[in-house]
Parts: sequence; C-alpha cells; structure tokens
Amino acid sequence: MEFDFAEEQPKFLMLMYGLIAFVAVVGGLLLLLDVVPAWFARRRDARLLAAVTSGAPLLRRRKPREGLFALFFLLPTLLFLVVGLVVPAIRTTLLSFMDKDSTNWVGLRNYGWLFSEPSIVRVLTNTLIWVLLVPLVATAFGLIYAVLVDRARLEALAKSLIFLPMAISFVGASIIWKFVYAYRGEDQEQIGLLNQIVVSLGGAPKQWLLDSPLNTFLLIVIMVWIQAGFAMVVLSAAIKAIPADIVEAARLDGVTPWQMFWQITMPSIRPALIVVVVTISIATLKVFDIVRTATNGNYETSVIANEMYNQAFRYGQPGQGSALAVFLFILVIPIVIYQIRNLRQQREG
Amino acid sequence: MAFARSRQALAVAGVLGLALGVTACGTGNDKKSSKASSPECAAYEKYQGHDGKKVTIYSSIRDIEADRLAQSWKEFENCTGIKIDHEGSGEFEAQLGVRVDGGNAPDLAFIPQPGLLKRFADAGKLKPAGADTKAMAEGNYSPDWLKYSTVDGKFYGAPLGSNVKSYVWYSPKMFKEKGWTVPETWDDLIKLSDTIAGTGMKPWCAGIESGDATGWPATDWIEDLMLRMTSPEVYDQWTTHGIPFNDPQVAGAVDKAGMILKNEKYVNGGFGGVKSIATTSFQEAGTPITAGKCALHRQASFYANQWPQGTKVAEDGDVFAFYFPAVDPAKGKPVLGGGEFVTAFADRPEVQAVQTYLASGEYANSRAKIGDWVSANKKLDLANVPNPVDKLSVQILQDPKTVFRFDGSDLMPAAVGAGTFWKGMVDWINGKDTATVLNGIESSWPK
Repeated sequence: MEFDFAEEQPKFLMLMYGLIAFVAVVGGLLLLLDVVPAWFARRRDARLLAAVTSGAPLLRRRKPREGLFALFFLLPTLLFLVVGLVVPAIRTTLLSFMDKDSTNWVGLRNYGWLFSEPSIVRVLTNTLIWVLLVPLVATAFGLIYAVLVDRARLEALAKSLIFLPMAISFVGASIIWKFVYAYRGEDQEQIGLLNQIVVSLGGAPKQWLLDSPLNTFLLIVIMVWIQAGFAMVVLSAAIKAIPADIVEAARLDGVTPWQMFWQITMPSIRPALIVVVVTISIATLKVFDIVRTATNGNYETSVIANEMYNQAFRYGQPGQGSALAVFLFILVIPIVIYQIRNLRQQREG
Repeated sequence: MAFARSRQALAVAGVLGLALGVTACGTGNDKKSSKASSPECAAYEKYQGHDGKKVTIYSSIRDIEADRLAQSWKEFENCTGIKIDHEGSGEFEAQLGVRVDGGNAPDLAFIPQPGLLKRFADAGKLKPAGADTKAMAEGNYSPDWLKYSTVDGKFYGAPLGSNVKSYVWYSPKMFKEKGWTVPETWDDLIKLSDTIAGTGMKPWCAGIESGDATGWPATDWIEDLMLRMTSPEVYDQWTTHGIPFNDPQVAGAVDKAGMILKNEKYVNGGFGGVKSIATTSFQEAGTPITAGKCALHRQASFYANQWPQGTKVAEDGDVFAFYFPAVDPAKGKPVLGGGEFVTAFADRPEVQAVQTYLASGEYANSRAKIGDWVSANKKLDLANVPNPVDKLSVQILQDPKTVFRFDGSDLMPAAVGAGTFWKGMVDWINGKDTATVLNGIESSWPK
C-alpha cells in the first residue's frame, strides 16, 4: 500500500481546520479571560482613585455587578449545555415514545420491545456482564500492579508499559486484538497469536470470536487491557500520596505486608479507588467501538450502545434506538449520583 | 503581573493571526471555462444552459471507483459548465439519513437499496424525477428495473450501475486439466461438487465477513435459491412480506443452500470447516481458487476486482464465472442482481439535467469505456465493455428473456434486509438451525 500525501490532502486540510478552530476558540477564551477582568479592575481602580481624590463616599454596588460578571462567563457554557445536551436528551426521550417514522405516539411499546425481544435481552445481559467485569478486573489489575511496582526498580518503565495501551484508540486496540484472535484452517499457518500458542501446545486452532459467551469475555479482555493502565496511574499516585508518618507508624507497630495493604493502603486510597471504578463503569456502559470493530455485534456479542446505533441509524428504527439510549442513560444516572455524593462527602468531611 | 499576563494574551493573539494567515494561502481556486460551443459538445446541447451551477452527489462509491466516476462525467461538466461535486462515503446508508434530517441533503444520491429509497420517498424527502428523466429512463431500462424506483406510482430516478449476482466463479484452467465441465442444472452442480470432493479437494469456498455488513453474501445464496425454487412472483411476495419469512418455501431455499454451505465435505476450501465461512472476509473468500484449494465460489460480477494481481479473468483464463444454474430448467433463467438508483433531493433544473444525463445511453457508454462497470442500460454498446465478465453480465441483463429480480435484502425494510437477515445468516452458518433463524427474522419484521 502506498501512501500519497497529496491524495489525502482533504483530510489534512480538515485536520488543520479543526486545529485552527480549536486554537481560535481556546485562544479567544483565554484572551477574553485576560482582558475582561483587567478592564473591570482598571475601572474600579479609576473609580477608587476618583473617589479618593474628590473625597466623596465610595459607591457600594458590588454584589449585582459580580452576579452579572458570573453570568457572562457561565453563558457560553450554559448555551452549549442546553443546545448540545439538554435539548437532544429531551428529544431522544420523546422519540423513544414514538414509532419508526417519529410521527405517532406509541406509549411504552418500544420499552416493551426492549425487554421482550430475545436478541435485545441478550444485548442487555451482555452489557451487564461488561459492566460487572470490566471495572472490577481493570481496577484490580491496576491496583495490584501499582502496589507491586511501587518503589521498585525501573518503576517508571514498568508503569509506562501498562499505561501505553491507553494511548491507543479503542478501534485500534480492537483491530490489534482481532489479529490476536485470528483463525486459519488447521492445515494452514496461523496468523493469530492465541491460535499459534494453542497449536504449538498441540491443540487445534479455534475460532475464538464465534462461540458465545466466551467471545464476550474475549472482548472484555480488550477493554481491560486499555483501562488497567488508567486505573494503575491514578491508584499509584494515590498510594504515593499516603502520608509517610502513617506508613512509618504502621511499620513500627510491626504490620505484615498483608495488614499494611488492607488496613493502611486500602482505606487511604478509597476516594481514588471510587473515582476509578466509577469512571471505568461509565466508560464500559458506553462501550461501542470494541464490539463494532471486533464482531460488529454478531455471534451474540452486541451491547446497548452498538444496538442503539444499529436500530436508530441503520435499521431506520429511531424509536427503538432512542428507547435503548434512554435506558442506557437511566443506567448511568445512579453511578453519577453516587459519585457526586461521594465528592460532596469528601469535601465536607 | 498584569503586564506579564497581557503579554501572554498578545502572544496568543499573534499565534492565532499567524495560523489564520497560513490557511488563507492553503487553498487555490481553479476556474474552468466551459467550451460549450465546440463540436464534441453537440451531444450535450440539451443539457446546456446551467453554466456555473453546482450539483452535489452523495454515494457509497469511493477510491478508484470514484475517480472513474469523475472521469466519466468530465466531458459533460466541460460542455455544460455544470460542476458535479461527488462525495463517496463508507457510511453512506447511515449518514444519508443524518444529512437529510439535518437539512444538509445532497442534490443527488446514488441509493443502492430500493428499501432505503422507499423510506425517503415515503417520508416525502425525495423529489419525483422530472419528465425528461422519466422519458429517458423508460427508453433505456426495462420495467423490471424501473419498478424498483417507483413508489406509489411516482418515479424517483433511473438505475445507474448494475451487477449480476447469479454467478459461480471457477477456474477454466483447472476445469480443463481435470476434465470437469460447467454444470447447466442444480443437479449437475451437486454431481460436480461430489466429483470434486472425491478428489480430496473441498469443492466450495465461501466467506461472509464484511465489516458491519457481515452476512450479506449468505443472503444472496438464499435469494438466488428462492428465485429458482419458487417463482419470481413468490419472490416478490417474500421481499414485501406477502408471505411470512418463516414460510416453508423460504425454509426450503435455506435448506437447499445448506446442502452446500453447511456441508463439511463441500466447504470451506482453503479456510477450514463450515464455521470458518462466518469469519472469512468476502474479499478473500474466492482466492483459494487461484491456489488450487477450492474449485467453486458463488459471488456477484463485481468479484472480478477481487482476484490477486496478475490473475487473468477470461473464458480461457485463470478464473471466470458461469451462470448459477437453475434448479428446475423448465422455469427459465432468473437473474438476481443489484444496482444503484440516481435519486434527487432537489429539483433545480441543473440537478434534473444531471439526473437525465446519468440515465442516458451516452453516459452509460462513457462510463463503460473506462472499465469495470456494468449497466442494464439498453443503449450500452457491448463493444464498449472491455472486461469479459462484464460483457457476459451486460449480455444477460440486456437479454429480453431474462427475468431480473433485485437483491431481496435491499428490498426489505432495513431492520430486516440490513439487520436481522444478515445476522440471522451469520447465526445459521454458526450452527443455529433453519427454523429458529427464520422465526427470529420473521419476528423482527417491522409492524
């Protein structure tokens, strides 16, 4: 395959436009943030000076002005939130109560379909498996790794090895793993790592991604591979932040490494642990790229986000797609509430 | 402090200005003047009068095929002054709806699925074709074709390219060496398969993996056999849900396909067992023929582009195709195929001019000369078709005795035709039984 830069020019042009837009917006905001407060400050200085020189009493009108000031900065965010989040969320919810032409109201029929159609129930079960396993396994991996390499030799190198997959897009990672799971006939040379291992151990090559439910677990491995690095980095930082005096005190009391882990390390990093589990849980609920790239939801591996896209955009069933989207939204809400409450407790406590 | 910060701001503003300046130089514009009055433009006289207008086209055609497309209407552009802006997308089916709903519809779209065409027509998004386009299409295409772009009596556009799906690819060289002959009936085909299996070679190779469209090559098998085992009329009922998807006639066709596709003695040459069909990509599925690892591969005419470089595609070459034989020769030669339709989301005169031109014989011949293209256009001159397989396809399509039927999965609602039918076939290959699969597809048909 040759790569012709001239031929790909439109894509690079697009990339450049994106970069320029980014610089323009961020740069503009930075400029604004710098200029506007400075302007207000100058005015206040000038007024103070005038008041001092004339000997008149100082005007006290600071409260409303500050409110106005806050509104000025909140306005763009509010606007984008309404246009990009609130309106689509309301529209999606409305669509989920409509038929495929989005014209007639059908009540809860789309939701009934969600829980009665066997293939969709399978999708929901798969999502459940994902959301139970990925946060648990990824966090456990990350935590164990963080504890093991903590203050070890070549710690930085060991950490970057695990962290590297984070830099790979989900699609890229899925393609890599698709090759790992690739299958060739028994009489042929295997191109997949996993089958090559099986063959060299004397087994017969297997079509890994075909057999349910094994295939779902194999896809989960991809997600864990990516997310373990994230868990490791956050938790490692938390471990390093444990006050040295606590650790020292525990040592003086003669704790075993096991006690050290469960009674000192774990309670100390609990907030970070919660953040990691919550973040990975939400990312897992939304997983789409891995399933779409590796199996496209075939062989009973589909998950909610993938099915939602298929229903709404490929099968022309926006009602059913929206119902899936709303259901996904409802699933995420409790996790988000839990997270916010935790943050609040920490701030107060 | 304040001084330092405003200096930073200045730097940001400076970077901004620089970046903007760079892009200003990035794009140049090339304006071509039309040479409308030159003699080679005489054929385009009736499309003239729209100088400087632009028509946007959206399709699923990309890369080299898109370049050939641009080449095919270059003369038209030069002579009429209409600028055709074509954009091909790998996500055409999903993105077309997004663009139309977003108020960003293209002027013309090449829609390869009559089912999708009907959806946009029903929603009132498509503009019925103008009188000129209609007259041109009726003169150049058979009613078999035009009915697929007619919704509730309104005609929405002519076909463009076509393909013939009822082909079995084979190696004429291998057949000659081993003394095998091209089968004329289904029974001969099975006999030949047994003969080949007797030599220790798996006769068939197949593959249905195709990214997010995985499963479609298997649906073609079912459609071809439905058309052969029942009648074109029953086929039409099947694609419009006149008979249920789990009708015994459908089950019969699926089981007939299973005689080959689910027969461990027959498949999957060069790849493994039956289940390897599910994970073998359709692009590489036929290539074992060139390596002598299988002998037969049922796939459409466009598979001619998939052979490894240096493979001679000809009646006396390395590979060629024969007509997928009829089950009951008394029922004639039904042909399964596909194609795309030129439909309009705008009815400006220049859009209609392009739409009419694309239905004309001049366009069909202009595009065919560039190569690798087939059309059912009756004005297409066989001499302009360079490739032998395309020649065979054009002959079949232009034959007045041919009963043409469009690829069924493209006619069904997308939820089935691009959804559960594909997925059902994947499950079927992966070991599920016929009845379970067909019941599942039937229950998913949108009410």
